[in-house]
Amino acid sequence: MTRLRNFLAALAALVIGDPQADRLVPPTGFTARLTTFAAGAMAFLAVFALALSLAAGRLADRWSRDLAQASTIRISAPPEERAAQTAAVLRILEATPGVVAARALPPDEAARLLEPWFGPDLPLDTLPVPQLVEVQEAAVGFDPQGLRLRLSAEVPGAILDDHTRWRRPLVAAAERLRGLGLMSIGLIGATTAAMITLAAQAALSANAQVIAVLRLVGAQDRYIAQAFVRRFTLRALTGAAVGVALAMVAVLLLPAAQEEAGFLTGLGFQGWHWLVPLAIPPLGALVAYLATTAAARRTLTELP
Amino acid sequence: MVIELERVAMSYGGSELFADISLKVQAGSFHFLTGPSGSGKTTFLRLCYGALLPTAGQVRLFGQDVRDLGRDGVAHVRRRVGVVHQDVQFLDHLSLADNVALPLTVSGRDTPDQMDNLDELLNWVGLRPRAAAFPAQLSGGERQRAALARAVIMSPEVVLADEPTGNIDWDMSQRLLTLLVELNRMGTTILVATHDMNLIRAAKSQVQARVLRISGRRLQLAGADL
Ligand SMILES: Nc1ncnc2c1ncn2[C@@H]1O[C@H](COP(=O)(O)OP(=O)(O)OP(=O)(O)O)[C@@H](O)[C@H]1O
Ligand SMILES: [Mg+2]
Repeated sequence: MTRLRNFLAALAALVIGDPQADRLVPPTGFTARLTTFAAGAMAFLAVFALALSLAAGRLADRWSRDLAQASTIRISAPPEERAAQTAAVLRILEATPGVVAARALPPDEAARLLEPWFGPDLPLDTLPVPQLVEVQEAAVGFDPQGLRLRLSAEVPGAILDDHTRWRRPLVAAAERLRGLGLMSIGLIGATTAAMITLAAQAALSANAQVIAVLRLVGAQDRYIAQAFVRRFTLRALTGAAVGVALAMVAVLLLPAAQEEAGFLTGLGFQGWHWLVPLAIPPLGALVAYLATTAAARRTLTELP
Repeated sequence: MVIELERVAMSYGGSELFADISLKVQAGSFHFLTGPSGSGKTTFLRLCYGALLPTAGQVRLFGQDVRDLGRDGVAHVRRRVGVVHQDVQFLDHLSLADNVALPLTVSGRDTPDQMDNLDELLNWVGLRPRAAAFPAQLSGGERQRAALARAVIMSPEVVLADEPTGNIDWDMSQRLLTLLVELNRMGTTILVATHDMNLIRAAKSQVQARVLRISGRRLQLAGADL
């Protein structure tokens, strides 16, 4: 913990300069810990908002990929007309814009599809199992209404089953969720800025006497501001680093399961996405830096 | 010319403290400023280091109009003008030595070299044994001497002292006066506000000092009565 803090202090000194300035403002103890805590809590929340938004993004991507893939056309016809109707359907599909490919499922594949419902020993020959045609859509999709009309005109026994289309609103929802996640991150950032502004302003006002003495001995406002900026930036950085570390452990400990199993269990990070939360502490420090700089500039011009 | 006042008037709100004051303070000179309590001695000194702007007239520090200085300009002037305040202010969480070194610290000149100077300076004001003490642990005289040490650590061209002997006994007052006279002999311009006539008399035997008096909202050259 102290080593982490030393490292962060060195890092900050590199960015904001003179650690002496920090020493000139009396230590604040309790309120300092509050700032660190708030930054930590916000970083913790930000990690989850990030996880949510990344997971929602993955879901949206996968579902829209599935959507692009398949609809089916079911042909229920007497055995002797079956081949002809299948050929007719394939011909129609070839001429339908938005269809990438179409394929009549051979009987054994159809059997495999039915297996979960009827068991492996299904006597396919004796059952009126419909012929299935798998339709691959392009990303833009085809016009299901138009296709249905043409099918009913030319191949009365063919029924278009675009069962995956029900997922379209889900994709939209997942995309919305991703957006909301990103918006939450923005709000968390803004709240952090607001909290740090308040804390910095309070600290500046509480130290009006110290500021007066520093001015007396020839300190420029830039120098005085730096003392506060350094302090709050360091606190935000430390707090956010701890918050992110804890949140990532929490995400890591989420019960693992196949992503397919559901949205909730897929809420972790995947691959290089594990690196994204590491950007939160520097960003938090940046927010603190900007908020404190602005607060200091305002307060110092107001002080006599 | 180090400090120039030209037809300066000053008032807080309504009541005018003084009007039409002109003064030229030459480099290397020694001035006393006297006047009854409330006549505006502290106000006058504040005008002389850019802490206040006159309500009328012009104040020039090192040739520059204080109105044109801006905050950074004032900060720079304060490095050339050492000030001992009537109510000395320190940073209570820093040691005496750190407080005296403050002007070096805030101007980024706290080099080891300068820190040797600090030691010497503390010795000069007789505070070396108290270097590690905190301001709250200092006596009135120790505070005044620490304030003087802080005022001169940047080797300023001018030292302004407001009642530097305000709350200390005669022996200590004389010691402080001696320090100011020593500074003046090394070329520092000194302006001391005080109502202690004995101090002024004691000084007259050591240094050539002009005595200014604020009276009836004017600045007069006193001296005949001393
Ligand atoms: N910031 C201020 N606002 C309003 N009035 C002030 C302010 N500072 C000083 N005064 C008034 O101006 C007058 C002169 O004050 P000043 O401190 O300059 O007097 P002084 O000669 O130093 O007095 P003393 O010998 O008691 O230190 C006083 O009447 C005081 O009340
Ligand atoms: Mg006074």
